[in-house]
Amino acid sequence: MADPMRIRATLQGDVADVRVLMSHPMETGQRKDASGNVVPLHFIHSITAQLNGKTVFEASTTQAISRNPVFAFKVKGAKAGDKLSITWEDNKGDKRTDEITLGG
Amino acid sequence: MKRRNIVCAAALGAALGATPVAAQDTDTTTAEFEKFRAVMEEANPAELFELKGEELWRTRRGPKNASLEKCDLGLGPGVVKGAYVQTPRYFPDVGRVMDIEARVVHCMITLQGFTYEELAKQPFSTETRTPDVVSIVTFIAAQSKGMKFDAPQSNAQEREAYELGKAIFFHRAGAWDLSCASCHGADGKRIRTQQLPNFTNPQQAARGVLGWPGYRMTGGVMHTLQWRMNDCFRQQRFPEPKYVSEAITALLTYLTVNANGTVYKGPGIKR
Amino acid sequence: MNTKIILAAACAAALAGCATKDEAAYRAQADAVLKRDFQARGIATMDRLDQTELQRICTQYHDNPPFEVQQRLEAAEMKTVKLPADGKFMGDWKRGARIAESGRGMTWSDKPGEAGGSCYNCHQLSPQQTSFGTLGPSLLQFGKTRGYTEANQKYVYERIYNSKAFNTCSTMPRFGSTGTLTEAQIKDLVAYLMDPESPVNK
Repeated sequence: MADPMRIRATLQGDVADVRVLMSHPMETGQRKDASGNVVPLHFIHSITAQLNGKTVFEASTTQAISRNPVFAFKVKGAKAGDKLSITWEDNKGDKRTDEITLGG
Repeated sequence: MKRRNIVCAAALGAALGATPVAAQDTDTTTAEFEKFRAVMEEANPAELFELKGEELWRTRRGPKNASLEKCDLGLGPGVVKGAYVQTPRYFPDVGRVMDIEARVVHCMITLQGFTYEELAKQPFSTETRTPDVVSIVTFIAAQSKGMKFDAPQSNAQEREAYELGKAIFFHRAGAWDLSCASCHGADGKRIRTQQLPNFTNPQQAARGVLGWPGYRMTGGVMHTLQWRMNDCFRQQRFPEPKYVSEAITALLTYLTVNANGTVYKGPGIKR
Repeated sequence: MNTKIILAAACAAALAGCATKDEAAYRAQADAVLKRDFQARGIATMDRLDQTELQRICTQYHDNPPFEVQQRLEAAEMKTVKLPADGKFMGDWKRGARIAESGRGMTWSDKPGEAGGSCYNCHQLSPQQTSFGTLGPSLLQFGKTRGYTEANQKYVYERIYNSKAFNTCSTMPRFGSTGTLTEAQIKDLVAYLMDPESPVNK
């Protein structure tokens, strides 16, 4: 089971400034472990953000992103009380969704 | 939605790490890194470990199926706020001075029924594994953000720990005759390009404890001060300190008391 | 020494009664606590915590013992220096460059016999290597400025072999006397500093 994300959003007018931290090993498939075996490729390949169930942000990502990555983006047309959910999915089929309610 | 507003801080990290450092711009590199760190501090992956640690603090676990919410970190059972900056301190129930990590281990043993042996077996983070204690300490530390270091020196045991830590700091031994002071006893020194704070200088003493626990971008691992002390002794060519031993607590007492009065900025981010 | 440890232990047991414990007592306590709280790992064995007389005196005097003590200790350290059997001090500067770069050796995560000199951790040497430490003095153009004499080659060999023979409480490890580096490795380092063709002297 994947660990929770840390989502932060600050509202300025109708723009939500979102920062999200994800807990993920993001293995490049090029690293070797202590006994010299290649650590298999394991990375988040897609990220989706939804505002009240409507997709507002989608991203395709690769193994070039670092471990425990940080993403920041802005969403227009947001208001206090809106539900912002973020989902990632990795190449092993693991998935994680976390949701916050936008503050005042 | 503005897709181009994505800040690929993570990718930036990788690029910075791979840039060779040229001597003439060592200071530029340091300055650039400081800017990068300022950006990262707003979204430090250490927060992920805080979250995990908070969950671990509240969850019933271990053979005794208990949470840590009755753990006394020095300010009363369950009081987490301010505990990090007020340790190491003397704990009457065990009759000795403990640093925060030693105390968490103590609580996991007494309240939850874990054994010292299992906690001490692999106590430090690797690229693939973060021990629970590390996340818990990170959570506790974050609850002291913005508070001043105030490790007490209010009884004989705490003063004794400080003096013992100081003696350990200056103790030369090992294959290469080194003490902590060999590298951390003078101003403005470096190992390779790594700046070495002088812990005997009151102006720099806080650099030993600020930014810990710290998220290391190299490898993406979370480390506590127990790890920092352990790795210093490795490079000092000493045998290995036993996990959360009195020797390490004493050394941490010396370093923390010297930093008293400095505002703690919370878990940090490191190269 | 033993009495001191016992005294320290007694003090530790009767904390409140030891308000006037002096530095010497804490030094003895530190010695005892380290021996109790550390464990052997890999090549880093516990005998490393048995302070040598030099380590003990440098600790006691904060690296500045009385002059007579320094003279006595330096003479004793000089006796541990084994000069090369073939009388030649210079090896290969190219191999020396690699030894100077390597910061490995003698830690619990190192294997025996894979030590470098860690030179760049503390010294500037070749102008091309810009990642250098400042715990020791810059050795840029060492041979060129001091002269490529045999006496200087011998000095460098001895200094790397046992820096404490020249400066009692030097921070620099005793690379030869502690068995960190072999005679051949030390010769290669001498060449790195003293060969006119070495980048150190360019």
